[in-house]
Amino acid sequence: MTGPTIRDQRAFASGALFLAFAIFFFVTALNYPAGTAARMGPGYFPRLLAIVLAAIGLAVMLGAVRRTAERQALRRWDVKGLAWVTGSVILFAVLLFPLGLVGSLFVLIVVSSKASSEFTWKGALANAAVLIALCLLVFVYGLGLQLPVWPALLN
Amino acid sequence: MDLFQNLAIGFSTAAQPANLLYAFLGCLLGTLIGVLPGLGPLATIAMLLPITYALPPEAALIMLAGIYYGAQYGGSTTAIVVNLPGESSSVITTIDGYQMAKQGRAGVALSTAAIGSFFAGCVATLALAALAGPLTAAALLFGPKEFFALMILGLILASVLSSGPFIEGVGMVVLGMLLSLVGTDLSTGTQRFAFGIPQLFDGLDFVPLAMGIFGFAEIVKNLEQDDKLSLVTQKIANLFPTRDDFRRMVPAMLRGTALGTLLGVLPGGGAVLSSFASYTLEKKLSKHPEQFGKGAIEGVAGPESANNAGAQTSFIPLLTLGVPSNVVMALMVGAMNIHNIQPGPEVMTKNPTLFWGLIASMWVGNLMLLILNLPLVGLWVKLLTIPYRYLFPAIMVFCSIGVYSINGGTFEVYEAAVFCVFGYALIKLQLPAAPLLLGLVLGPAIEENFRRAMVLSRGDVSVFLTSPLSATLLAAAAIAVILIMLPTIRTRREEALQE
Repeated sequence: MTGPTIRDQRAFASGALFLAFAIFFFVTALNYPAGTAARMGPGYFPRLLAIVLAAIGLAVMLGAVRRTAERQALRRWDVKGLAWVTGSVILFAVLLFPLGLVGSLFVLIVVSSKASSEFTWKGALANAAVLIALCLLVFVYGLGLQLPVWPALLN
Repeated sequence: MDLFQNLAIGFSTAAQPANLLYAFLGCLLGTLIGVLPGLGPLATIAMLLPITYALPPEAALIMLAGIYYGAQYGGSTTAIVVNLPGESSSVITTIDGYQMAKQGRAGVALSTAAIGSFFAGCVATLALAALAGPLTAAALLFGPKEFFALMILGLILASVLSSGPFIEGVGMVVLGMLLSLVGTDLSTGTQRFAFGIPQLFDGLDFVPLAMGIFGFAEIVKNLEQDDKLSLVTQKIANLFPTRDDFRRMVPAMLRGTALGTLLGVLPGGGAVLSSFASYTLEKKLSKHPEQFGKGAIEGVAGPESANNAGAQTSFIPLLTLGVPSNVVMALMVGAMNIHNIQPGPEVMTKNPTLFWGLIASMWVGNLMLLILNLPLVGLWVKLLTIPYRYLFPAIMVFCSIGVYSINGGTFEVYEAAVFCVFGYALIKLQLPAAPLLLGLVLGPAIEENFRRAMVLSRGDVSVFLTSPLSATLLAAAAIAVILIMLPTIRTRREEALQE
């Protein structure tokens, strides 16, 4: 093999993540005046930090290709689980106003339950009924949070 | 010293029936949620934060402190009974606590943890009260450069104590500081990194970020590993330690308390460091080190006292200097901001009833936990039998409503969803999230103090080294960095921080 190989994929990806953020912040900060050290503009500190982060990112990446680096593969992502969980949160936000708390919580609970390998419709529906009742009691009637309870069409 | 006068003010606030009720509610809810596997104090506080919005500031902080201690207690219970640390500071308790439980001594282990924590709580309350005055006075002497140096020290220590390679911890701190720049630049009024989104003009909120990372992403992680709980099934009888137990646990409790009280004050310190240090110390001092890991009562008494003392004294830097020393304290800053309290030296002078009331309520909370936990331990253990497939949607519901209620808008919910994906990436890359959150919270203050110090010195960086106080603090930070780079300490640290 010629050239360095990435022995520690985990560290290499971490370093690359730092570097990517550093570049993003540095480039965006170029839009703000930097000023001088004695009178810093809004762009001075961000650029400074971005340079530090870029240096750290590069150091971490270099460490990952060193011959002494421990071999580590990237860990696999459970894309399905992540999608069910994140998706249910987004659906809750999208549906809260059109469907009200009752409808959006129902969607949140059923959709997020799908992330579990032990999903059953019966279990998820029962859980939804209990949790929705509890939330209405605690948040709406108990704490008086301002939330739409029922679908907007019914009002 | 008017220490006792101050404590009297505190206890008269804490003993008001309403405040007693909120302390009790906080302890109860904190224990309830803290017992559940995978939910530590941070997620518990974040979830329950909205409940405190409507309360007056004193009651809100008293309740939050109760939630914090309750969640910690709950963590110890699961550590002993099911070998599952509810949070990182009870990792150590699983070692000997669970062994004791397997030998049928779960009751003794639980009461040891409870008595140790209570004793440590009493001592730490006094330490907090005694140190608050002098430290606040010292804080008033701090200028921008000293505050800058202090915060750098805190962030360096937090990176040293986080898991994984040190340099990656520092990277996370810096990334957190960059994220903290989102929003309006206070000195010039310029919008930075907001991309015209009005909800970002006030900056990224701490709570959606914490919930995304420690709530939602943690759930995805937990769902991946189909761990079955190894519940200790026999009834928990006999809570009383024998005379021999007492003889062994009392010195360990005393040492753990002293160690925790000291280490909690350290920026970057707190409950986790204290419990690890105490366990190491007990094992070193013991005449029977071979019993450790097989149910040595010192291995429960020492660390449990130490983590409670450390948890409590970690409030000291926050309340006196305004610098949160760990992520839970950072969340407390968020909670205080919601109630328009700026943590720092002014709290004690401007708002003595709040300040001393909070301190006194910590002792009250510890007492309540003792009463709540020992008789009710069977109930807490029952909670553990709820299958995770019913539990995690409940966590998601509470987190989502909690995030929504910060501003009464859905923007924060979307934010939390984004940070769920980000947090999951961090878990997969084994990057520590705690330094990121500390960087996020301390970022604005660091920038402000840095800029002010540089204005005062007309752009001369050497000012940080010519002021004796700031030079000392920065030297301490530099020594910490050098020490961590030394090979022997590096391996010891990796052993200690391994979970």
